[in-house]
Amino acid sequence: MKLWKTILAAALLALATGSQAFAARTDLVIGIPLEPPHLDPTAGAAAAIDEVLYANVFEGLTRIGPNGEVLPDLAESWAISDDGKVYTFKLHTGVKFHDGTDFDASDVKFSLDRARADNSVNAQKGLFAAIDTVEVVDPATVKVTLKNPQGSFLYNMGWGDAVIVAPESADTNKEKPIGTGPFKFQSWAKGSSITLVKSDTYWGAPVFLDKAEFRIVPDAAAAVPALLSGDIQAFPFFDPDSVAQVKDDPRFHVVIGSTEGETILSINNKKPPFDKLEVRQAIAFALDRKAIIDGASAGLGVPIGSHMSPASKAYVDLTGLYPHNVDKAKELLKQAGFENGFKATLKLPPPSYARLGGEIIASQLRDVGIDLEIIPVEWAQWLDQVFTKKDYDLTIVSHTEPNDIDIYSRKDYYFNYDNPAFDKIIAELNLTSDDAKRNTLLGEAQKILADDAVVGFLYELPKVGVWDAKLQGLWENAPIQANDLTKVKWTD
Amino acid sequence: MTAYLLKRLAIAIATLILASMVVFAVLEILPGDPARLMLGLNASAEQVEQLRNQMGLNAPLVLRYLHWVGGLLSLDFGRSYTYSVPVIDLVRERMAVSLPLALIALALSTIIAIPVGLYSASRRGRAGDTIAMGAAQLGVAVPNFWFALMLIYLFAVWLRLVPAGGFPGWSAGVWPALKSLLLPAVALALPQAAILARVARSALIEVLNEDYIRTARAKGLPYRAVLWRHALRNAMIPVLTILGLQFAFLLAGTIIIENVFYLPGLGRLVFQAITQRDLIVVESIVMLLVVAVIAVNLVVDVSYAIVDPRLRGRQ
Repeated sequence: MKLWKTILAAALLALATGSQAFAARTDLVIGIPLEPPHLDPTAGAAAAIDEVLYANVFEGLTRIGPNGEVLPDLAESWAISDDGKVYTFKLHTGVKFHDGTDFDASDVKFSLDRARADNSVNAQKGLFAAIDTVEVVDPATVKVTLKNPQGSFLYNMGWGDAVIVAPESADTNKEKPIGTGPFKFQSWAKGSSITLVKSDTYWGAPVFLDKAEFRIVPDAAAAVPALLSGDIQAFPFFDPDSVAQVKDDPRFHVVIGSTEGETILSINNKKPPFDKLEVRQAIAFALDRKAIIDGASAGLGVPIGSHMSPASKAYVDLTGLYPHNVDKAKELLKQAGFENGFKATLKLPPPSYARLGGEIIASQLRDVGIDLEIIPVEWAQWLDQVFTKKDYDLTIVSHTEPNDIDIYSRKDYYFNYDNPAFDKIIAELNLTSDDAKRNTLLGEAQKILADDAVVGFLYELPKVGVWDAKLQGLWENAPIQANDLTKVKWTD
Repeated sequence: MTAYLLKRLAIAIATLILASMVVFAVLEILPGDPARLMLGLNASAEQVEQLRNQMGLNAPLVLRYLHWVGGLLSLDFGRSYTYSVPVIDLVRERMAVSLPLALIALALSTIIAIPVGLYSASRRGRAGDTIAMGAAQLGVAVPNFWFALMLIYLFAVWLRLVPAGGFPGWSAGVWPALKSLLLPAVALALPQAAILARVARSALIEVLNEDYIRTARAKGLPYRAVLWRHALRNAMIPVLTILGLQFAFLLAGTIIIENVFYLPGLGRLVFQAITQRDLIVVESIVMLLVVAVIAVNLVVDVSYAIVDPRLRGRQ
């Protein structure tokens, strides 16, 4: 009898501890606002593609870490020649694609050559522009020769658009992505969800989750009940306006981080009267960044004075250059010959930061005599009229690509900005790989843009993440748009 | 009857041809380039041109129209620009959500509306009628996305009886799939039922004033029999018309409810395709909807003839 009891007690104890050891969940449902159009990161600009696949399914030679740093990925290490033109990558061995084929140097050559080919539809083809040749030295070594030294080459290779794909599966990745990452693609219910499962053949540190489902929730109003009911446990990109509803709920973590999204009031620099420096400076003085952030971004977001993320090491704080000053703005307009102000248009794309911010900016500019007509446009119209045809006066948009200050030196870019001094700095930057020197040059570039008041610099778009308090390892910041699940786990 | 049907059919086909031209022309005029949308801000003009060629967007307009219509006739709807899968597959997946949802909502709306309409009409001016029509007025006035959110907070967040949204797919089993369609169906059905009940009531009241109703009552038929056999049947024509319109709306006009419940329905596909300038998807789905609306109208026309024998003889 006594033995019975002992056995029973032991069994119960074992059961209790046993079930506790297995209690940590290994599945996760993540809410994303936009559905990716397809699942090939090397063939489209949609951020939603990377938000599902980057670091999870696909890997590159290098990768971008949670704070924007360059980390080794499929390349275990690399050596750079003294002239900065030859990169020799040592690759991990024993790596397999999810369809069972082996990964080696020929896949790297294939991927890089494919991305820079004439018929390539890679949305970031510019990342590969400096590459001259890609040579397979042996199965575990690749030599990349550049036309000229490029300071950002290792960073560029960490973009989602530069991931390594296999020749066997490259053409079908849009529907059935095959990568080397810790998760493999399982299914895609169009319009509804994308499911990834743990890959058993992964070469690196195993992940904690067995299954991750990305569920598409386009409506911000639907995200809150989805969290509250437990249907979805994480929204890494949450609507700032809805934060108040979950902020004080102990069941959730609300994490405000930074992005690479410089939100700006773009100005058509060639179109009169905006070709006059005084007019652009007047606009800069007329803008009250705090009021804009409060009204358009629920008070979240860091003010910027030039085109650089405050999270970057190269950041220079130039927000004090044009403090909010209505009198100064009016005076500058008077100098420019617009004592009685003028009329202009403001084209606004769909995101709420633009639509809400636009109304506030219109009222701020009206205070100094600039009368704006607000024209709401769809993305397709915006790309067509504003971005391609440059048929606009002012517009609001967030430039979410990381480290993209060079857009101001691009010929024919929609800002219509042309400053040889700035172009010279960017050209020098491209040839510099020393970090300290790069940061100095980036600082000078920021100052020129701020001095010229090229556009109205508003604020850095915040990354608002909300997830179950028991969840660990999701990115706080968004140095690139991704949901890296490799370190994510449930705690209990 | 045959002549009546043939005439209806001819009108239907002419409408289809006209609609195909209008749909194609309107979408061509719409500003925006699908290739630029796919490649984003960093792609060069040459690359965009490259993709346009690959997608066949640079062919002459008339040629593309004929190619498209030819495809439709042979039931080949083309491939989506953005998803790069056959449009018909996309539609089939979405129909698996939208069609059951529309049918459940329509059934719910009819089941609620007809008895309420009958009840109100037979108690015209009394307290019961006033309450029922007041409720119907409220049902028309309440925005359905708000009503949907209230349903979600009550049944999904608080009572946890159903999921807050999403659709697990029919492969997950009939009950889980139906469960996820229940709240959206109720949210869709209630405003529709409110409209339908008001229409049924006024149609019935009109009929109840007719001489033959008085005759029927005078010859001693019980009120209930008069109401069901004589009045309801004659009041069906406006009710059927509204039902036909509602079905067409429920099939594709439910984008707001689909968003609130994040359901992968047809409405959301069309909306997404429009913003992405996935023209081929928009064109094909709009044409399918035109076919659906015309088919529903045809069915309604035929049912008029069944309900009202006088229409059968007419040319």
